[in-house]
Amino acid sequence: MTDAVAPIDQAELRRARVVAASYLDSEGGGLSEWLLATDHKRIALLYALMITAFFFIGGAAATLIRLELISPHGHFLTDDEYNHVFTLHGIIMVWFFLVPLIPATFGNFLLPLMIGAPDVAFPKLNLASWYLTLIGGICVLAAMMLGGVDTGWTFYPPYSTAFSNSNVAVAVVGVIIAGFGTIATGVNFVATTHTLRAPGMTWFRMPLFVWTIYATSLVMILATPVLAITLTLVAADRLFGLPVFDGFRGGDPLLFQHLFWFYSHPAVYIMILPAMGVVTEVITCFARRRVFGYAMMVYAVLSIAIIGFVVWGHHMFVSGQSVFASLVFSFLSFIVAVPSAIKVFNWTATLYRGQITFEAPMLYALGFVGLFTIGGLTGLFLASVPIDIQVTGTYFVVAHFHYVMVGGAVSAYFAGLHFWWPKITGRLYPESWARFAAALMFFGFNFTFFPQFILGYLGMPRRYHVYPPEFQPLNVMSSAGAVVLAAAYLMPLGYLTWACFYGKPSPANPWNAKGLEWQTSSPPPKRNFLRTPIVTEGPYDYHDLDIAPEPQARPVDAARAHD
Amino acid sequence: MSAFPIFPREASSFAPKTDALYFTLVVLSGSIALLVFALIIVFAVRYRRGSSAPRGALPSLIKNEFEIGWTSATLFVFLMLFWWAGSNQIEQLLPPAQAMEIHVVAKQWMWKIQHANGAREINMLHAPIDEPIRLDMTSQDVIHSFSVPDFRIKQDILPGRYVESWFRATKTGTFRLYCTQFCGTAHSGMVGSVIIMSKADFASWLAAQRPAGDLAGQGRALFTSLGCAGCHMPGGPIHAPDLAGLYGRRVPLSNGAFALVDDGYIRDRILDPRSNPPAGYDPIMPSFKGEVDDGEILALTAYIRSLGSSRGALQ
Amino acid sequence: MTETALASRAPDPLREPWSDLSRQREAATLGMWLFLMSEMLFFGALFMAFSFSRALDPAAFAEAARHAEIAYGAANTAVLVTSSLTITIAVRAANAERATLATRLLAATALLGVAFLVIKGFEYRDDLRNHLFPGHDFALGENATQIFWAFYWAMTGIHAIHLTVGVALVLRLFWLVRGGRMSLASPQLEVTSLYWHLVDAFWIVLFPVLYVAVRA
Repeated sequence: MTDAVAPIDQAELRRARVVAASYLDSEGGGLSEWLLATDHKRIALLYALMITAFFFIGGAAATLIRLELISPHGHFLTDDEYNHVFTLHGIIMVWFFLVPLIPATFGNFLLPLMIGAPDVAFPKLNLASWYLTLIGGICVLAAMMLGGVDTGWTFYPPYSTAFSNSNVAVAVVGVIIAGFGTIATGVNFVATTHTLRAPGMTWFRMPLFVWTIYATSLVMILATPVLAITLTLVAADRLFGLPVFDGFRGGDPLLFQHLFWFYSHPAVYIMILPAMGVVTEVITCFARRRVFGYAMMVYAVLSIAIIGFVVWGHHMFVSGQSVFASLVFSFLSFIVAVPSAIKVFNWTATLYRGQITFEAPMLYALGFVGLFTIGGLTGLFLASVPIDIQVTGTYFVVAHFHYVMVGGAVSAYFAGLHFWWPKITGRLYPESWARFAAALMFFGFNFTFFPQFILGYLGMPRRYHVYPPEFQPLNVMSSAGAVVLAAAYLMPLGYLTWACFYGKPSPANPWNAKGLEWQTSSPPPKRNFLRTPIVTEGPYDYHDLDIAPEPQARPVDAARAHD
Repeated sequence: MSAFPIFPREASSFAPKTDALYFTLVVLSGSIALLVFALIIVFAVRYRRGSSAPRGALPSLIKNEFEIGWTSATLFVFLMLFWWAGSNQIEQLLPPAQAMEIHVVAKQWMWKIQHANGAREINMLHAPIDEPIRLDMTSQDVIHSFSVPDFRIKQDILPGRYVESWFRATKTGTFRLYCTQFCGTAHSGMVGSVIIMSKADFASWLAAQRPAGDLAGQGRALFTSLGCAGCHMPGGPIHAPDLAGLYGRRVPLSNGAFALVDDGYIRDRILDPRSNPPAGYDPIMPSFKGEVDDGEILALTAYIRSLGSSRGALQ
Repeated sequence: MTETALASRAPDPLREPWSDLSRQREAATLGMWLFLMSEMLFFGALFMAFSFSRALDPAAFAEAARHAEIAYGAANTAVLVTSSLTITIAVRAANAERATLATRLLAATALLGVAFLVIKGFEYRDDLRNHLFPGHDFALGENATQIFWAFYWAMTGIHAIHLTVGVALVLRLFWLVRGGRMSLASPQLEVTSLYWHLVDAFWIVLFPVLYVAVRA
């Protein structure tokens, strides 16, 4: 006698198919499915596309700058055109590339996955954030179309309020609108972390990437409004003649600088903290070890976020602020470097007794550690007032911040992009091309920016269109490096686009990595998990073994896969 | 200047001190960076997957003591660096009491220099070697910044306010002057030269400038022609402060605060006499905004100083 | 329609990604508090800038503030404080499922908000007639009194924009609840009232700072 098999419930089957389908699969809605998406993973992709577009616009401006600086006299731009180009480069790269770079893409995609949640706390607000950033960006591009802005991304009055003939108001309005998007993202991520963690996911079981996104989001919420009001006052002066920063009428241009840097210093921690989180995820996976000193890493992240709020005056040592203020800010700036140093030592120590392999994400992550170390150490120079007096306003500062922001944050972005590429797209990327691009980027970057430290101590000012001829050899060296760096950025654009269509399909966990995001399929289904995970262990539970286990399926070089 | 310099000249008393700190930081940073790179490379090779090096759990000595150790060491080194930099900073930012004054007025896109005897220069600043020079600086429009890399000095110049910087040159020669705060179209053209001469050469140069009377003399002429003498005449019909011996004195204001009569105070009285007037006087002084330029204000200030200064006197 | 019938017609306030209304409410309230923190930094920076500018020239600020019309400011304070009361009771009424009372009080709140803006409008008209807007024909001279008035226009203007947004949000609640399209259990009611209280709180600081303390 056979057991009667219950007839298949068609509705249940349909539900299961929907639940298990990839978030990328079309639901028949066409373009509006994407432009009105509330799924955090789709919104992450919208951000990624927008950021890539802005990166190439800002990069085009950088190309013009480095081409022009090959000659000490300037050969194809006028003074005014050059001033507009470097301003555009700064505004686009700071607010429309670096600030959203990792939080809005990987933060959006991975935060719910890493804590075992089905989405962020406020999915519609998430979409609104993207639109706010996009509208802000369009506003800035409109300012560019209308003739541009020439104040530098720092908008110092009284030049920006009373003397510049450029489209300052349009540009600052764009930045303000994008700032609202940033605040909304921050609110969303903090609320998500507090209220949507899966059962068993205690605070000290969260991956470090989640901690860095959390700390970054707090900084976004508290710092960005100060930028918003400061730029509002600039716009009010341009549009309505309200003279708050006017030195000739009893106002104070230094007031602007304090308010501006009160935001803009924490802003750089918005850029670097998530990058540090990505690097921790990658190094632990490819060294197959727990991160060294998890608790200290958490405290370091929180310390950087908090102390980062009280160091802003180190941008103003020569501004005319008091000697006493400069002393205090110098002291605090030395202190804020300590937690960053702890993190570098801990990443290095994580490699000790590991089982290390060198796939592209690991190469980018190790590159980050090197370049961030150099960039961070040059911060010590800038924290010392007498040296800062010599190098502020020169190419030394330009080199410093490019080391940490580009050598740092952008390298970490590429590390994360390759690490999570299979998770996001369900495909593998071509490994040899990626490793070559990583190496090229590291060398191209150093060739571009290391000569600028020397130029800076020599005294070459920044934002200079023409310069004394004795600075030419170092400028030519820097521009040559920029050609290599540009090639290194174009390569991933090429092979990753190729991989979208022709890459080998990826298993759910190609790296055999720990972390909840790897416990679901690649790409994940729309609701992230078929069943809410229950967490019983801490992060990075890679076991200390004498020999690494054979990984589930190492990504094979896609070209050789066809053999 | 060499065709391919990689380091600025040391031409002021600050330069060796700043450079000592700089080189120490270079060596220190270089060592830390090399240490980190070396460890990464050594670990990457030794602990690559499948190598025979021993693995296993970390001894807790490494986990705890090392962590505490390198954190404390880092903190200690950074505090030492702060202390060294801080002491250099204080010296550099406080000019000595006895210094030769040179006035700088920055405007888009040029440097207007005025010596105490009235000699004027554009985009060039002549000064003697081995003498403390105090620069009194203001801007006529936007924020500029006075930078002479070979002296290791830099100071932002603000509109509506006086700021100070100082240096003592230790080499003769010509040194580049740059504006290092973005100030508009020709920002990169706002460059000049600081020319340091021996004391004798400087004295002859200064004498050869043939200014129209010294600065204080110009000020006296203006004091009469602008009508200041009409009120500020001791014993005259209008009750206005007597300016003799006023410079450098601390005076009470009508709002109860006290103010030091310095260049900035005199400038404020001339341009905006109704704000914060001195105690005991009606606020009837008219404003001369738009009637005097910065150069003329410097001349008037020099004249008032020549009427007797209380600098250093009891407050 | 009876109140209960009205309530039962409304859609379920539960929304993605929540499976539990109390957790959704917790998250919504947390989210609004986080946003309010950002608003406190926004206005806080503005107040700090004002205080700093005042310290540079207290006499000029005192003279400038004497021209601010304290009667308008006091009337507005009374209006806005009352509106905070009405919205608080509205939320309590909603929690007690008393839909008619809740909607009436929401309407009252919005009306009081509009009244504030109208009174402000009259005050602005008077200020402009007295040439108290910084510029060529500013009444009080070329000095720091202009800075006070620049802050006055900026601070009251930004507050008015926030209040307008608040009025729109309250009107939206009124319209949705009255039409049965929003449940009384929705967290949006409490969250909106939090925002309204913040706008009120800013005025409670703004009024003494601009109208009272500076004259002293």
